[in-house]
Amino acid sequence: METVPLLKQLSEATGPSGREEPVRALIQSLWQPLVDELRTDALGNLIALRRGDGSEPRPAVLLAAHMDEVGLLVTGIERGFLQVAAIGGADRRVLPGLEVIVHGRRDLPGVVGSRPPHVLREADRKQVLPWEKLFVDVGLPHEELCQLVQVGDIVSLCRPLVELKGGLVAGKALDDRASVAALTLMLETLQRRPHAWDCYAVATVQEEVGLKGAITAAYGVAPQLAVALDVTFARQADDSGLGTFELGKGPALGVGPNFHPAVVKRLRQSAETQEIPLLTDPAPGASGTDAWGIQVAREGIPTGLLSIPVRYMHQPVEVLAPRDVERTGRLLAAFVAGLEPEYRPRWEDEPA
Amino acid sequence: MESLLTVLHTLSDVVAPSSHEIEMRRVLRPLLAEHVDELRVDALGNLIALKRGTGAVPLRVMVAAHMDEVGLMVMDHTGEGHLRVKTFGSIDERLLPGLQVLVGPEQLPGVMGVQAVHRTKADSFERVTPLDSLVVDIGAASKDEAARLAPVGTVIGFATRFHEVGTLVAGKALDDRAGCTTLVSLLQGERFPFDLYGVFTVQEEVGLRGAQVAAYALEPDVALALEGTIADDLPKDEDSSPTTTLGQGPAITVMDRAVIADPRLVQLLVQTAQAEGIPYQFKQPGIGSTDAGTIHRARGGVPSVTVAVPCRYIHSPVSLLDPRDLEWTVHLLQAALRRLTPELLQVV
Repeated sequence: METVPLLKQLSEATGPSGREEPVRALIQSLWQPLVDELRTDALGNLIALRRGDGSEPRPAVLLAAHMDEVGLLVTGIERGFLQVAAIGGADRRVLPGLEVIVHGRRDLPGVVGSRPPHVLREADRKQVLPWEKLFVDVGLPHEELCQLVQVGDIVSLCRPLVELKGGLVAGKALDDRASVAALTLMLETLQRRPHAWDCYAVATVQEEVGLKGAITAAYGVAPQLAVALDVTFARQADDSGLGTFELGKGPALGVGPNFHPAVVKRLRQSAETQEIPLLTDPAPGASGTDAWGIQVAREGIPTGLLSIPVRYMHQPVEVLAPRDVERTGRLLAAFVAGLEPEYRPRWEDEPA
Repeated sequence: MESLLTVLHTLSDVVAPSSHEIEMRRVLRPLLAEHVDELRVDALGNLIALKRGTGAVPLRVMVAAHMDEVGLMVMDHTGEGHLRVKTFGSIDERLLPGLQVLVGPEQLPGVMGVQAVHRTKADSFERVTPLDSLVVDIGAASKDEAARLAPVGTVIGFATRFHEVGTLVAGKALDDRAGCTTLVSLLQGERFPFDLYGVFTVQEEVGLRGAQVAAYALEPDVALALEGTIADDLPKDEDSSPTTTLGQGPAITVMDRAVIADPRLVQLLVQTAQAEGIPYQFKQPGIGSTDAGTIHRARGGVPSVTVAVPCRYIHSPVSLLDPRDLEWTVHLLQAALRRLTPELLQVV
């Protein structure tokens, strides 16, 4: 599968937290030919299984990437305009002038209104608009609007993925559809590489509102080992501080209390054997990713994290290097294929 | 003859910030060529079309609509390969972070970077990012590459594409592609009794400058400026005027920041609208300015008026208008021009 068209499809699909149906349908169609089983759990996680060729009972590895994105929720209808609030971490500063889709009885294209500069006072220009002054306009008279949209309907951001120079792409939901793309590339590679372990690829829901999907998926799959995939902060003009990474220099490997050292070590080894550059992303506390939820499922699951650097995270112009996505997919395939039937992540002081 | 919305669609998608109207002229020429008697470009870049009259009425009538739009210009490049920019015309800087843009004649896609939500300090969410802290990211990896791909002076436009939104249409630069569409329609229509100069002006957004020189050159007896104007009809706390309202017909200017409209022309428009059953509204006086602001004081003075299609969110990446307002504006202009006589302009 070509990476950029894959990223384009995934980034442009709709799926704010809790309303992931459209993006799930897309991922289902992408994964169907690559896996043995596909199911959706009670929260909406899409769980795909590629059976291993080891003897039963086989251990299982869980690979999770969240498919939800930030979005908006309709909170009121006033004189033909919709009032909205954030789902996940949507930023009010970028909303005015943005094109959106209101998912009412049918999908309605709209824009977030803004007052023209001609009528603004100097004080207005210095104020970031509060939620009560942000309105979504779908170009319908009030009565018709009330027929088609109700409080609680979802609003998604509308941004085509575009290719920039330097082999980069910009899109609205690369967090974390980039990781879904990496999982897809991994599944494709595993078509050609035998693996002993059962391999569960999961597109999780509701990560942006508290890792909800990962928590139930980890419980449901009950894997012996898990790797979460997410994005991390890339260096950008106004932020090159601690915890930022250059684009195109490979995925970043999470280290810290969220991650089992044996899993970290194995991931590093897989990168070395594949000659894939790997950055190190230290997280002294919560990683803010599905890994945080998965690690404490059931009796505890040895967990790792690979992150793809992204500029302008949670903004409608996230930028990344597709080659980092390809490397992540390749690294994961090597990691999964390298899991020997008898292998279990152990502590160094743990007797075998 | 193309439908109004087809023309508006074509024109809205053209990127042409002030003084870079060349692509607009390229697109307009074939729309006009068969319908006018002369087509020329003047020293500033105004596209001037003459549609000769039947000779029945000895008047020179100028109808102006501006081709230019607000946008951005590359001022410098950063060490990381990003573009530093300034705006053409009046843009609310709050609209820029997180925007998709098109850079230069090759229309390279670019984005206006903004801090990751997670790495933004709580109080920064309430602070407007000033333009000099914003950059455009085109994916260039170095200052040299950025300077090669988008040299200083390169023009940047909004990447918005024209589309329908409910009963309305959405696109960038409806101010003043709505006026340009109306003027194209007038020029494509039947001859008037007088000579009609249709002028697609430049540099309106930076000071009504194209209209000024065109009016000097043409010495019209009467002038009309066609606009896409402010419809500030979002719900607001204070009880202020929306300036104009969508769906209530063409907006006639009585007075704005740059002109007091000629009362005889206002009267002509109002009477025509009433006679033809066309809805109309008055633009809230004292707001904004249009090409009529320089036309009316050209040479010894030109009786002038502005008629506009109400547009929400002008000068933003995406504006909206009601197609009925556009149709009514064309209808009103055609009917009013047919009633125009030298007697009407005699001083009483």
